[in-house]
Amino acid sequence: MTYLTKSPWIVHYDCSSCNGCDIEVLAALTPVYDVERFGIINTGNPKHADIFLVTGSVNEQNKPVLKNIYEQIPEPKVVVAIGICATSGGIFRECYNVQGGIDKVIPVDVYVPGCAARPESIIDGVVTALGILAKKRQAMQEGGSTTPAKAGEGR
Amino acid sequence: MIPDLTVRVGAALLYIILAPLVGGLVVGIDRKVTARMQGRVGPPVLQPFYDVLKLFEKENLVVATAQNYYVLSYLVFMAVAGALFFSGGDMLLVIFAFTLSHIFLVLGAYNSFSPYSHIGAERELIQIIAYEPMIILTAVGMYMVTKTFYVGEIATSTIPIIMYLPGIFIGYLIVLTIKLRKSPFDLSTSHHAHQEIVKGVTTDFTGPNLAIIEISHWYEYVFLLGVVYLFFAFNPFIAIAAIIVAYFVEILIDNTTSRVKWQLTLRTAWIIAGTLCLVNLGVLYYLQGVLTL
Repeated sequence: MTYLTKSPWIVHYDCSSCNGCDIEVLAALTPVYDVERFGIINTGNPKHADIFLVTGSVNEQNKPVLKNIYEQIPEPKVVVAIGICATSGGIFRECYNVQGGIDKVIPVDVYVPGCAARPESIIDGVVTALGILAKKRQAMQEGGSTTPAKAGEGR
Repeated sequence: MIPDLTVRVGAALLYIILAPLVGGLVVGIDRKVTARMQGRVGPPVLQPFYDVLKLFEKENLVVATAQNYYVLSYLVFMAVAGALFFSGGDMLLVIFAFTLSHIFLVLGAYNSFSPYSHIGAERELIQIIAYEPMIILTAVGMYMVTKTFYVGEIATSTIPIIMYLPGIFIGYLIVLTIKLRKSPFDLSTSHHAHQEIVKGVTTDFTGPNLAIIEISHWYEYVFLLGVVYLFFAFNPFIAIAAIIVAYFVEILIDNTTSRVKWQLTLRTAWIIAGTLCLVNLGVLYYLQGVLTL
């Protein structure tokens, strides 16, 4: 039994996104979707977070920032790539400055494609991430290593 | 009269065991009511307990090892302050232990190298400056009415303290907003999903350390609401009703105001609450002969 799934706290980072997915992430916090029903809180502080939501593709400028935030989150943690840009680079994939999806820099557990990703699919992605979080916690208790999870395990 | 030793020790132990449960429940109801005020469904009432149990399952990332001890001291002194209060001890000693525990939290935040944590610590100090005089004046006011600093004697006195100290009670409610970390005075850190500059004073505490801070808050909540009880101690039913009304008003203020700058916090706490307290004490002093307290 783990309480991680009952109180997942989120930190959200915008990796050169067009803000479309960011607005949808924040929409999930509004009264219409109200993710606090499930104990989900947008903390804004990586040290308090369990789930790392990333939107947008990664480039040279924000690569160290993304890595830094990831490393500051205490174990166990999961990463959710939101939107097609975070998944693969999307339409910006060929740009000279874009590296591609965020899985080029940090291990990703769940991919939520879409442009922009709908709040429903974001919530679905987070719920999928909760299952992986519980598994990681179990692995931690058994003394195994928790990272990196296999890329593309979620969907 | 001061109750005998076994009763006092029993009350202290009861506080140490029950206060986190009561405090956590109060926070859970608070979050539910807040959500309803915002047109949301809100988390389950037991959510604060889930949060804390989860935090104990997380890894403890520590920037400086001393942080662990500062956080532990925060919890211990907060529990001591509350236990002294509920065992009917000296109000001044309670306030002393209460302040000391907050100093440990500030030291813990200063112990990291994060500028966000430092800003949070500075703001926590400003909050202490803001509310400390009012808390002491509350004790002074209660002394002037009941002629004792012992909580046990104040709580069993039949004098309706609120009738003599309405100004001090309003002043106490103003600083209660600061102490419960509610808008508009949630400067150093904030509860619920509100964000501070990153997360203010708690920025650099992770997992179990954050859980200990949260439990300390629960101890603090019960103590602060216990002080509200003292104002109405002549009738326990009115006192409990007063606690519920006071807390509801705090939630309402939290949801209808936005955060102010620290200067305004300090001015509100010192000029408005301070004036109310001092005028109240002055009138009480002037009428001492007439009221035959």
